[in-house]
Parts: sequence; C-alpha cells; structure tokens
Amino acid sequence: MSGQFAAVSAPIKNVQLLGHVTGATQYVDEISFPGMLWIKAVRSPVARGKIKKIDTSRAEKVPGVIKIITAKDVPNNIHVNMAGIGIGPPDEPVLPEDEVKYKGEAICLVVARDEETALKAAQLVEVEIEELPPVLDMEEALKPDAPVITKWGINAFIYGSGMDGATKPGRPGRPFFLVRRGDVETAFKQADKVVKGSYIIPPIEHAPIEPHVCVAKPEHGGKLTIYTTTQAPYFVRDNVATILNIPASNIRVIAPAVGGGFGGKVDPEFEMQVAVAAMRVGRPVKWRWTREEEFTISTTRPAIKIEIEDALSKDGLILGRRARLLHDSGAYTRTSPYGVIKATVNLSGPYHIPNVYYEGYCVYTNRQPSSAMRGYGVFEVSYAVELQMERDARTLGLDSWEFRFKNAYRNGQVTATGRPIDDAYLVEVMKEAASLAGVKLPSHLLQMSSWG
Amino acid sequence: MRIKFKLDGEVVEVDAKHTDTLLKILKDKLGVGAVHFGCGEGTCGACIVLVNGRPRYSCLTLAGYVDGKEVTTVAGLAHDGELSEIQKAFLENDAAQCGYCTPGMILIAKALLDRNPSPSDEEIFDALAGNLCRCTGYVPIINAIKSLSKKR
Amino acid sequence: MARLRGRGIAAICYPTGMNLGGDPSQTVIVAQPDGKFIVNVASVELGQGLRTALAQIAAEAIGASVEDVEVRFGDTQTAPHDTGTFASRTTHRMGNAIVKAGQEIRQILLDVASKILEVSPQDLEIGNGKIWVRGVPDKFLTVKHVVNQAQFVYNTPVVGKGHYVKPKSDVDPDTGESDPHSTMAHGCIVADVEVDAETGVVTVLQIYTVYEVGRAINPKLVEGQIIGGMLMGLGAALTETVYPRYPELTHQATSFREYVLPTAGDAPKIVYKIVESPTETGPYGAKGVGEMVANGIAPAIVNAVYDAIGVQITELPITPEKVLKALREKQ
Repeated sequence: MSGQFAAVSAPIKNVQLLGHVTGATQYVDEISFPGMLWIKAVRSPVARGKIKKIDTSRAEKVPGVIKIITAKDVPNNIHVNMAGIGIGPPDEPVLPEDEVKYKGEAICLVVARDEETALKAAQLVEVEIEELPPVLDMEEALKPDAPVITKWGINAFIYGSGMDGATKPGRPGRPFFLVRRGDVETAFKQADKVVKGSYIIPPIEHAPIEPHVCVAKPEHGGKLTIYTTTQAPYFVRDNVATILNIPASNIRVIAPAVGGGFGGKVDPEFEMQVAVAAMRVGRPVKWRWTREEEFTISTTRPAIKIEIEDALSKDGLILGRRARLLHDSGAYTRTSPYGVIKATVNLSGPYHIPNVYYEGYCVYTNRQPSSAMRGYGVFEVSYAVELQMERDARTLGLDSWEFRFKNAYRNGQVTATGRPIDDAYLVEVMKEAASLAGVKLPSHLLQMSSWG
Repeated sequence: MRIKFKLDGEVVEVDAKHTDTLLKILKDKLGVGAVHFGCGEGTCGACIVLVNGRPRYSCLTLAGYVDGKEVTTVAGLAHDGELSEIQKAFLENDAAQCGYCTPGMILIAKALLDRNPSPSDEEIFDALAGNLCRCTGYVPIINAIKSLSKKR
Repeated sequence: MARLRGRGIAAICYPTGMNLGGDPSQTVIVAQPDGKFIVNVASVELGQGLRTALAQIAAEAIGASVEDVEVRFGDTQTAPHDTGTFASRTTHRMGNAIVKAGQEIRQILLDVASKILEVSPQDLEIGNGKIWVRGVPDKFLTVKHVVNQAQFVYNTPVVGKGHYVKPKSDVDPDTGESDPHSTMAHGCIVADVEVDAETGVVTVLQIYTVYEVGRAINPKLVEGQIIGGMLMGLGAALTETVYPRYPELTHQATSFREYVLPTAGDAPKIVYKIVESPTETGPYGAKGVGEMVANGIAPAIVNAVYDAIGVQITELPITPEKVLKALREKQ
C-alpha cells in the first residue's frame, strides 16, 4: 500500500501454501506413537441430572480395553480455563462427580487399543442418572423461581464481587455487567421518537474442517508432551499443570499447523482429559473428536438476545440508548463473563451516544457451554446495533447513510466506558463504501470527517 | 484380510478388517498425511482421494475396494519434483489458508478438469459442492480452477 | 412470482486485543550461524498467515530480508509466554513484541558491523539484508555475514527478546468505566440481495466492503480474511445454527447434513477495498483484522432483505421459512 517499508505492506505469499498443496503440512491427526491408545467418551444422554451409579464392569472386560477413567482418577478435578487469569469461577469438573449439566457431557473415558474397541466398550458402560428438568430458556432461567443450576444461588454470573477478575471480593455484586454514562432518563424524556427492537442470534458453530484432535505422551521424569489443535498452547499447559498437580514446566504443548480455529480451539476443552488418561496408563493416548462431537459438545458461539431502546431527536441524533443483553453461557462459565463484558461495552457501536444504560447478563442454561467465536460478543452486538440503526433511520424518515454519518463517533469524543476516542475513521470508511457501491452521497455528508 | 494397492505410485500391503474404511487405513495404519479426516461421513470432502483416477470419499470407501487399484493423494501429483498444473494454480491464486480442505479440493479440481477441460462456472460450483472450506471463502479456489480452464 | 431486490448497509467497528487488556505476548528471536533469524512465538498458525505476517514485521524491525526470517510457532518448549491466538491480538501484540526483539538484534548487528567496517554504529544504515555506511553504499556487508561474524569472531550472541502487554484496565463496577481495547478498526458493508417471494430463498448478489485496518502488514492475507469472513457471515445470516428451535434442544444439528455451510457456488460477488489509518499502538500502525471481517455481513444482508420485503427479520438465521412467514404476516 505505502512504499515506505521494505517488508511490511508487501503482499507476500502465505509461506504455508507449498505444504498445503503437497499434503506435507503436518496436523495433530498425523501424530502417532508406538503403543498409542485411543479414547472414546461415555456421554450423558440427558441435559441435567444426578449421577447415581457408573458401572464399568462389562466394559472393562472387553479385550483391548486398558483403563476406564472417571472423576476419581483426576488429581485436581477442576477445569480451570480462564480462572488462571482471574476470570472465574472454576465451576466445571474435568469429569463430573455427581451431576451432569448438559446433554453429551463426558462422564467417563474408555482408553483402549483402538477407536473401535473404545467405542464398543463405551457402549457397555452403564450410567444411572436421575433426570432433572433442564433450564433452557434464558428469560426463564433468570426468574426468581427458576431451578438453580449454578453453585452460587442464581443462574447468572455475579459481577462486581470479585468473581470476574476485575473487581475485589466483598463488594455487593450484580447479576449483570453494567455500563452507564450520562443521564438516560432525561434523554428519553427529551426524545422526539423512541424506537425499540429485540434481536436474537441462536448458537453458531465454528465448524473448522479439522476437528479437535489431541495426543498426550508421557515422557520420562514425570514429564508430558501434548500435541493438540489449540489456539492457546499456554492455556493448555497451565490448565493441565493445575489439574495434574505437576509443575507447568514439566509439560510441553505443541500446536502444529491447526486446520482452522475461529475461536473454537481457544478453550482447553479436552486436553486435560487426554493428559489424565496418558498419565494414568503411562502410554501415549490419542483422542480424535467426531464431527458429531464437534457439533454437539464443542463450544459454540453463545446464543444472544439483545433488546435496544433508542431515544431519537427529530434531526437525527441518538440522544440516549438503553440495552439489555442476555448471553447464553450454557452449562459452565468458560469465558462467558469476559465475553459479556466485551459485548456490553460495545453496545454503542461506532456511534456517539452520550447517555447510555446497558445491562449485560451472563446466563447459565443446560446446554453445551458456549465460548469465543470470531468476533466474540461484538459479532452479536454489531448485528443488533445495525438492525436497530436501520429501524431508527426509517422511523425518522432519514436515509440510512445520513443517519449513520450524523451519529458516527468522532475523534475527541468519549466512548460509553469513558475511553477517549483518538482512532475514529468510520466516516471515511463509509464514504469509501458508498463510492464503491455507486452511491452518490450528498455534499453535506461528503464534507463530514472523523475529525469534527 | 490383506489388501495390496498402489499408493502414489508405490505398492503397499496392509492388513484390514472388512469393515475398515480406506480413510481409516490410510490415516491410522499407513500414517498418510496428505489425506484428512474432516467428518468421516462423506459430508465435507477433506478425505477425497483418486482411485484409478476417479475421485472418491475415502471415508465412504471400504478398504477392500482398492485392492489391486491405484490410489492417488495430493502428495502423488508432482512428477520429477515438478508440481502438477493444478497445484501450481492453487499456489498462484493463494487458494488455501489452513490447508485442511486443500488436498480434497485439489483432487476434485483435478478430476473435474481431467474430464471437462473448460468447465462453466455452474459446472465448477457443482463439482465443488461436496467440498467444504471454512477459511478461504472459495473464491481463490474457483479462480485457480478457472485459470486452468481451456478457452472453448 | 416476484423477485424482490434490496440493498442494506452495516457500519461497524471492532476492538484490537483481549478485552480489558492484561494479555501479554513475548518472543525470542535467535539468529542461526547461516544468517537465518528464527522468531519463536507461542502464537499458532491457524491459516490466517501469521507465520508470514510476523516474519515481515521481524524482517522490517531487524533490517533483514524476509527470506532470511522464519517464524516457528506453537511450541511452549522454545517459545516464551503468549496469551493466545484470538481476539485479533496476534499481529498487534506479538507484532509489537517482535518489533522490540528485532530492534535489539538490529543494534547488535550494527555494533558488530561497526567493528568490522571500522566506523561508528551511528554512521551505518541497515535494510533488506544489507548494512552499509550512510552515503557510501559500496561500503556494505550482508546481514548474513555480520550474523556469522558475530557468532564466530566477536563471540556475540545475536538474540533479541521482546514483550508487549496492554496493562489490565480497571473497571468501575457502577459505571463500567474502563479502557477495554488498544484501538478500533472500522468497516462498512453494502449488500445487494434478491428475495424469491415464492420460495423465501435469499440470494446475495453483490457485496461491497471497505475495511480500515490501521496498516495492512500483508494485503494479500487481509484479502484472504475479507473473503473468508464474507462466507462466514453469509452462513450466519442465512443457514447456520446448531439449535434451529432455540432454546429447545430438539433438532440439534449433529452433522454437516443439518448444519448447512455455504459451498463454492454460494460465494457472492465481492468488491472490496482496504484502507489504512495507522495506530500508534500497533506495529507499523497495524490493527487487528481477522474477526471484524465476519461481523458486518449478516446485518448488511438482513437490512437488505428488510429493504426488499419491507419486514425486518430479527432472528438469525433468516431461513426461507422465516422469510415466507414475514411476507405472509406483512399482508
């Protein structure tokens, strides 16, 4: 683009391409070791229930089955995820002890000489579960009489009392993350028009063409090498170390080329289970997820419901915005509290709205846990905000471009969270897009800029 | 049973169960890197190989089927160290990102051009309909194929 | 029956880096005796091309030629800590760390070269694999040669270390006041669609996108993200969900038969433009790109359908069933 750099700005070819077109690029699925064993999981058939009995006796008799791993084989049975960087709480077990919280949750792992044997044995494990009515609807989950599926009394993450890695414990918390600026009450009183909208996105799956695959290989001296399809090798390392109670420096994590991540390979979802199995049997162990597991077990984008209410002036300004955002975390916390903050602080979009009141709820339901996916939180917010902007414009009888130009944030203004804006460029980008699309903008819009 | 077939020009012999798929044999018995497991049920195309020159989902092909036949993966397309035309076209058009769908894409593209040297857009879309890609958005892959399409 | 056309727009911004910061990235660059620079990062090559883009940043910072830089990734044995490859943070955070490491190496090279050429290091220039005396281009050494001499003659390791973190922002629990991101990138998307009023099928005829990315470290890789992101947005808009009866669990997708991804024939025509507005916070001005490019497509398409049929369908995906229902309710 500019000629000022020697290497930066050059459209150099992706150096991986030659390996891709010759099939030489190495992925985790190619990793194999002599004596390597395979894992298949026994999974909960119900979305919520109490585990009464796990009977592995018939499964253990299948020739080629080496061991069946249950909760008692896990030294430190907490799935740490982001608790290591203060985004807690660690509410998820590596393998459940007494309850299951989503359909498909792994209850125990069969380790066998090959996939077929592991699968056959897994089907012979008998699990007795006392089924409980699942909580599935976010609005229902937030009602005071809803059955509680978390360990802290309500089906929502509590912000402000230390659980969120951003505040100190001991303060009273709220079941939502709050962004508030200016005076929304007055803004709505002064509005010429008030426009409401409600927007829903159900869970979307990353669906990279490469599924989750992990090989854990015990090394001498109590060390462990983990090959895995991860976007965050150090997350894996630190999680596994905590769970196995061994020093993190004893663990080496290797991510060879990964076949697409999109946020679906950020959470350590299964590496700790493979690591536990490998350490228990003392041999290399591999787990290759099926495509069905990718869709039904692996994390998805959170379902999100966003309600927006805009106070508009007749000359086309957004005076104030109220919004309520519900984020479906699924059965466990994972990264959702973080995602809710990211979504909530961005509810103004690229616009200047001086008076705002936003509530972001991290809600727990009995479905597969959600987590990051491309654009975490902001994908959903951009969707809702841009649909709302369209509604606003039509209600005011204003052109879509004009309404956005008028409200685009400028340098020198401040965001909903009080951050000074010094990198605004929306007006310029919109001018370029209009030009590309053959739209002749009126001169009063063309004269606008992000600098005043 | 014991099966014997040519894999990228080399004869291989391997034990297989009657119920084993070709994909299972290639990946877990023979350690072939140039074939990828994407779904195991014929819905993504990542496992496509050529059997006697015709494309097949290796996950839907029983291992016994290839006994006595020639199986070609993307690793077997180069000749005397020179990449095939289709591989060069993919390189020139930046038609891959993570690379996981690429072996299947290249083989299906080759199979298309082998039987139809100047496919229309619709014929290209049709041929690629069984190959999923989550990274590239398909446009550079389509461009790679078009670049090899002979003018009628 | 009618084929209704419509146009919709979406204007978006996307933050660079992990929300609220506190996500460190570190790197170590080690030169080999043959003159090759190995950049060790725990970031992971997912297909986005960071192996290439980070090599370009390293080459620029050192003054080496790109061919002499190799990024080795994803191995905790050789790469120091990195938070992870997500939140559009790698080019920015790891890029900044690499700039630091590269500058450390640059200084080592200039010091050694100054000894070989018997000039002051301040009189030297370095770039694209060469070190020369300012104003006297004939008096030069190759970077390769200086690396070799450093290690074998001057007993100086050619190693650079770098780190970058945006300090974790406090959050006021009563107002949310905080500094969530390093910088914002921007985008605007225009979508032209055609809706078949008889079947409810939406065809996206044309997409126009403009993305402001700070600095495009590698425009070819940015293009790859734009096109790929467009298809991900298309799927989200029209067909994708694992729970089609959300919040019910019934009809949960278990395979690609039920979870419909776009295929090659679904790729809309696209005209795109990359613009730059460099940020002081990022390496050579770069902002994060990889996620923003998937965010504006669905709203632009839904707004286009709104324009075409006069009804705004607010729940994704806008399947033919939903379109027909909206058309019927409108009547």
